[in-house]
Amino acid sequence: MSSQTLTTVLFLAVVAVTIGITVWASRQTAGAADYYAGGRGFTSFQNGLAIGGDYMSAASFLGISGIIALSGYDGFLYSIGFLVAWLVALLLVAEMLRNAGRFTMADQLAYRMRQKPVRQAAATSTVVVSIFYLLAQMVGAGALVSLLLDVEGDAAKNLTILAVGALMIFYVTVGGMKGTTWVQIVKAFLLMTGSALIVVLVLIKFDFNISDLLGTAASNSGQGQAFLEPGLKYGIDTTSKIDFLSLGLALVLGTAGLPHILIRFYTVPTARDARKSVLWAIALIGTFYLFTLVLGFGAAAMLTDSKYADVAASGGNLASVLLAEEVGGGDGSTGGAVLLAVIAAVAFATILAVVAGLTLASSTSVAHDIYNNVTKQGQATEQQEIKVARIAAFVIGGVAILLAIPAKNLNVAFLVALAFAVAASANLPAIVYNMFWRGFNTRGAVWSIYGGLISSVGLVFFSPVVSGSPTALFTDSDWSYFPLSNPGIISIPLGFFLGWLGSVTSSEPEAAERYTELEVRALTGAGSEKAVQH
Amino acid sequence: MSNTDNGYAPHRDDPIYDQLHDSADFTELRRRYRGFVIPATVAFLTWYLLYVVMSNWATGFMDTQLVGNINVALVFGLLQFVTTFLLAWVYSRFSTSKLDPLARKLDDEYAAGRRSDADGGRA
Repeated sequence: MSSQTLTTVLFLAVVAVTIGITVWASRQTAGAADYYAGGRGFTSFQNGLAIGGDYMSAASFLGISGIIALSGYDGFLYSIGFLVAWLVALLLVAEMLRNAGRFTMADQLAYRMRQKPVRQAAATSTVVVSIFYLLAQMVGAGALVSLLLDVEGDAAKNLTILAVGALMIFYVTVGGMKGTTWVQIVKAFLLMTGSALIVVLVLIKFDFNISDLLGTAASNSGQGQAFLEPGLKYGIDTTSKIDFLSLGLALVLGTAGLPHILIRFYTVPTARDARKSVLWAIALIGTFYLFTLVLGFGAAAMLTDSKYADVAASGGNLASVLLAEEVGGGDGSTGGAVLLAVIAAVAFATILAVVAGLTLASSTSVAHDIYNNVTKQGQATEQQEIKVARIAAFVIGGVAILLAIPAKNLNVAFLVALAFAVAASANLPAIVYNMFWRGFNTRGAVWSIYGGLISSVGLVFFSPVVSGSPTALFTDSDWSYFPLSNPGIISIPLGFFLGWLGSVTSSEPEAAERYTELEVRALTGAGSEKAVQH
Repeated sequence: MSNTDNGYAPHRDDPIYDQLHDSADFTELRRRYRGFVIPATVAFLTWYLLYVVMSNWATGFMDTQLVGNINVALVFGLLQFVTTFLLAWVYSRFSTSKLDPLARKLDDEYAAGRRSDADGGRA
């Protein structure tokens, strides 16, 4: 059997298993807490796996090992920001959010502020972050799946985007949070075991001598020792260095503001379980990023010149896949074909789990925040709200498909970094102020969310990733007045500043008064939402 | 679950929350929680930013080889993993022994003293 046939078979197996899980989960979903939060009945270990499955996108699985394979050390620099960020979630966000909210990020703001303005702001930012991230994933999926199945052309990409979009809409509308969570758990398991297998095979080739692996990678890359040192990718000049600092800030502060991550904290029975799930997630994600180090340097060390050129042509995305083929016995061998197919299927499962999480987060916010609490004054029944959530998932999924198809050949990788920047500039300041500062109020929340959102999106619009550079979205014209591709260094402090300014320039005694109750509830869990009893 | 006319969610006037807020246990719980997480957050963010800044601007030091092909940059990066795992573990120990017992006690007092079961603090 050729590796292409094998890959196709394994792709179909992933699809069959995840559809099975979704149908099973749909039979156990009755009320809103089931649909949005999986009945709050997952264990901390299950949720930890699901957080890993939700978070480790194809961009980190294939992307980071690819950057390491091509640019050496600088790819590692990237993954450290993604990991350290979890301490923000652990120490400042997870437990208090679980205690204070119900289904969305907006819940904990609305606890003490005027419902309409804060829910509108939080839902807007949730949908914007999710659409950006979703678009990056879908366009990536189009390129990636055609690459993995070795089919060429726009029609194949369109078909892939359509199929991935249809599957994610199916998981979310049919399986709700329970189905989505199990898809993420299965994906996390496949990702960890699949990459662990390749890592062990690479290390065996080098007799577990890391120095030897690094040395071979450095000489094969043609860069020598510079390959093992920071600076090949981000250290070109002062602008690129400041740009990287700006990216580092967005990565470390953005994770705990990503809506699809935040809603995962509601799926466990108590705040203590939310804390434990983050601990599991840190163990899992940390181990995974150590794996990517071996995968990236392994690809640089072991691939032949022509395969290494293929990796470079794919922008790095093929590094792990071709490495799997190499450690399995190389091109043409059965072992190589099997491992290549396995890793390709893992990458496919990875894409599906992440896009499902994003669609769920944004449709939940549209139904719960906008439909029920803004337009229906909180009077909609659970069944009405779930119906709207399903419609919203259809619409958001449809919009993502319609945007991804014309964008399929554009360079939209910057959208991932932008999603983190918006999360760090618009969401994190509001969450942290709300939990720690009595004086925070509606105007502060609205200003920090819209201010962080508009400034980060605006700065990127005027940056070299959108226009004026050879790798930009629009290469023909130039309106790049802002030199950095990452806005975080300006928009994050601005988000925090506006949150403070809005609060001190307005008086809202109710918000301060209700903080008493919010604080007690956030720290003790008194009155927090309980798990659903079936 | 309905909004009141002033735009705030209702059911926020259970006096039990004020009593709990004023209790010595709660003051102690908040002091312990903030006393841990605020310095810890400042510390790990500083440590992370130091790493990013040095990777950018102290490349001479970062490029120093220690053993074989293993240089300072790699060890510094791996240390970020170690400190992340370590801080997560320390916080887990701290919260289990110093925060959870107080939080449980206050939650029990809430359950015993709240005015009505029907709207026990829904958001």
